[in-house]
Amino acid sequence: MVQPLNYLKESPSQTAGPYVHIGCTPNFTGIHGVYETDLGSGPLYNDKTRGERITIRGRVIDGSGTPLRDALIEIWQADADGFYNSPSETRGKADPNFFGWGRCPADMATGEFVFETIKPGRVPHAGRLMAPHVTLWIVARGINIGLQTRMYFSDEEAANAEDPVLNRIEHRVRVPTLIGKREGDTVTFDIYLQGENETVFFDI
Amino acid sequence: MRSPQRALISLEGTKSEITGPVFGHNMINEFDNDLIVNYAKPGEMAIGQRILVHGRVLDERGVGVDGALVEFWQANAGGRYRHKKETYLAPLDPNFGGFGRCITDENGYYWFRTIKPGPYPWPNGVNDWRPAHIHFSIFGHGFAQRLITQMYFEGDPLIWICPIVKTIPDEEAIKRLVAPLDMSNTIPMDLRAYKFDIVLRGRRSTFFENRKEGN
Repeated sequence: MVQPLNYLKESPSQTAGPYVHIGCTPNFTGIHGVYETDLGSGPLYNDKTRGERITIRGRVIDGSGTPLRDALIEIWQADADGFYNSPSETRGKADPNFFGWGRCPADMATGEFVFETIKPGRVPHAGRLMAPHVTLWIVARGINIGLQTRMYFSDEEAANAEDPVLNRIEHRVRVPTLIGKREGDTVTFDIYLQGENETVFFDI
Repeated sequence: MRSPQRALISLEGTKSEITGPVFGHNMINEFDNDLIVNYAKPGEMAIGQRILVHGRVLDERGVGVDGALVEFWQANAGGRYRHKKETYLAPLDPNFGGFGRCITDENGYYWFRTIKPGPYPWPNGVNDWRPAHIHFSIFGHGFAQRLITQMYFEGDPLIWICPIVKTIPDEEAIKRLVAPLDMSNTIPMDLRAYKFDIVLRGRRSTFFENRKEGN
């Protein structure tokens, strides 16, 4: 017998369920007085944050074309210079006025989510530069494990073309599912869980 | 209707995945980890079986994850959630909100005090009931570790007939979500304890990138 590889196993994921808001955004569901504000709500920037202000709008859409009205979406992104505000960021110090994380429940009527943020800078990976991108994490009733995806920007064609992650997608017709459409200061990004135009999700 | 039909695309951890938001202890209010009182009127308490839930957040190497934000939410003792879309006939408890949060200490340890939630019927099959459960949302140090799961209670016969539990095909994996009764941390004449450890991913990082804080 060889020695056992006794690593622990990751706790299995379970669905966030329809009442995820109670725990993650109680004020949104009308439970006031316990948390002053919902964690991750409001603009990700303040007056001193460096970078270009943008609004990300989108919906999470199921296999029948119906927007999810009970999804919870979180984003994580670098600052304007491409640094993450995280202890695991080893290259330098991020903008102290930009935390880089936000959380938004889908609107209970329309399913829309909105983030007021800044456009992230480029982050290197394995000696190359990734194109500007925002990481998204989606949970909801009926989703057993949080879905990870990325949003890139339609006004970054040249950077997108050399992005090492986008270049891993063998079926090139699927790449546009990760490109947010920029018009003025607004970037629109709809996420399709299933079917024709299904968004690319990552195992990370 | 909500599950992707195509395979996930594997991605080695880039900076975007091995970094993640880490929250400061100063965001936690005094009673955020005490669901018996955090929503109750002054001098009153939630009704139900008083319990302590405690454990550690670990990575796959068994290292405690410090500074991990743990959020949790649950139904009250009768299985009723405080949510505007909830219509189950069991009453709300006016002194129970059903949610809280805490941040793990330097060894990855967390704890909170609450009421044991009741089972809860839901419109899936004609007679499906959720076992008593507490929802958990955990942030490790990297966004790749982001996890939402559910904790179940030792000995509950509903666990083994629940379609949501059975989305996990491996019985051994299901057992890792079942918290044992912990009499050694039970406080006599006050509350019973349940122990629930949570393991976040972290083994896949390459050796020379391994750091104490995990990723």
